[in-house]
Amino acid sequence: MVEVKSIEKSFGKLTVLKGVTVQIPKGKVIAILGPNGSGKTTLIKCILGLVIPDKGDILIGGENIKNNWKYRNNIGYLPQIARFPENLTVSELFRMIQDLRKNQNPKNNPEQTCSQFVSLFQIQSFLNKPLRSLSGGTRQKVNVILALMFNPDLYIFDEPTVGLDPISCVRFKETVLKEKNNGKTILLTTHILSEVEEMSDEIIFLLEGKIYYQGSPKELMANKQENTLEKAIAKMLEENEQKNTN
Amino acid sequence: MQGIIKIFKYSFYDVLRSRWTVLYFLFFLISTFALLYFSGNMSKGIVSLMNVTLTITPLISTIFGVMHYYNSREFMELLLSQPIKRSNIFIGQYLGLAISLSLSFVAGTFIPFLTYGIFVSPEVWDFSLLIFTGALLSFIFVALAFLISILNENRIKGFGIAILMWLCMAVIYDGLILMVFVTFNDYPLEKAAVIMTTLNPIDLSRVMILLKLDISALMGYTAAVFNQFFGTTSGMIISLLSLSVWVVLPIVLFNSFAKRKDF
Repeated sequence: MVEVKSIEKSFGKLTVLKGVTVQIPKGKVIAILGPNGSGKTTLIKCILGLVIPDKGDILIGGENIKNNWKYRNNIGYLPQIARFPENLTVSELFRMIQDLRKNQNPKNNPEQTCSQFVSLFQIQSFLNKPLRSLSGGTRQKVNVILALMFNPDLYIFDEPTVGLDPISCVRFKETVLKEKNNGKTILLTTHILSEVEEMSDEIIFLLEGKIYYQGSPKELMANKQENTLEKAIAKMLEENEQKNTN
Repeated sequence: MQGIIKIFKYSFYDVLRSRWTVLYFLFFLISTFALLYFSGNMSKGIVSLMNVTLTITPLISTIFGVMHYYNSREFMELLLSQPIKRSNIFIGQYLGLAISLSLSFVAGTFIPFLTYGIFVSPEVWDFSLLIFTGALLSFIFVALAFLISILNENRIKGFGIAILMWLCMAVIYDGLILMVFVTFNDYPLEKAAVIMTTLNPIDLSRVMILLKLDISALMGYTAAVFNQFFGTTSGMIISLLSLSVWVVLPIVLFNSFAKRKDF
């Protein structure tokens, strides 16, 4: 689905991605993990075309994304920080984004999908409220719905469950798994490892701008002889530190 | 083009509903009424309003532009991840802000003059030129504010630079010109004066309006030189053209930075 070929990116003197090559297979949930500042968000933003890589290519569905914007018809993105125009209401915001993505796949019905999710996440009573008056959690729900509304082939979630209450969290995860079973590809970053264990088929571990590990979380746990992903990753990082000090 | 209109529509609604736009409208409404009331006659009112407009419109447009850019920074990320061209997003946002600001300015100044019967007075064209210039200044300074914001990731720094730019153009520049003229008194300075005027959109607007009003006592050196150099009509056309360059150039620059920028 997504092919990232030796991407390099630096911001001024700071090199964030140092030659990242990844294949993201279709129909799977892939978690991008890594410590703070390891380049997770930058990698995601490269795929979205928000950040323009210095070197390397990214292909989505076989199509190079350089100087291209139409491929984003097939992506639903949930950014890390949810801030919207203050004076628009929730339903106006939904309509605005629907308006922007109007001329795509006619079998989609974003209005209908949207109202389904509105009742799933129980924000009916907020629809006519201005966005500035919403709480952080409600704003995150709006953010989630914006990403899910268009039935795209590829979902990209940047820390999706931050700020969601437990019920919405469970419903969100259920939705993700349902979409996966519909053959959709899901790419997500998170710091909550239990979520990764629960949902993802594969993890991509980024360290200092390089891919340190790619494979299934179960394999990693078996490999490091640990029974939780957290411990397995900690062990992997410790081994790395020892290697560096020697 | 369709993309621009879609972004514009919502950004326009958003800005128009903001408290600050309403305050801006009320400010002009009240001060224009006050100016008309105290000056008692339309042409004096226009001159006083010109002085207010030339200072306040650039200031407010600059502040609004910087604030709006930094406030919608995260939302722009969301928009940029949608299937729409980058330039459409920025031009749409720009137009949304610039048009709603010009609209509150035009409405705020127009209503008082309308009640004083501007349409039956001989000053109707002077007044039209004034509100047109005010709107044009909004477009120029919102564009400059956007340009400064996109070049500065740091909000405080961006804000500081924008205010400094306004200060330079509205206040310091005139003093600077005066100093140059006093120092180089012995040389022919007409050409230098014309060039220096076109480098400052606020001065340029003042010259354009004063040429139309034809009040030589208020013209000052630069406007007098403009008048002498080009004559009234071509002087106005040249200042109008230079002002249009002031709108287009920052937008073009901003657009080319936006194309290469990482968000």
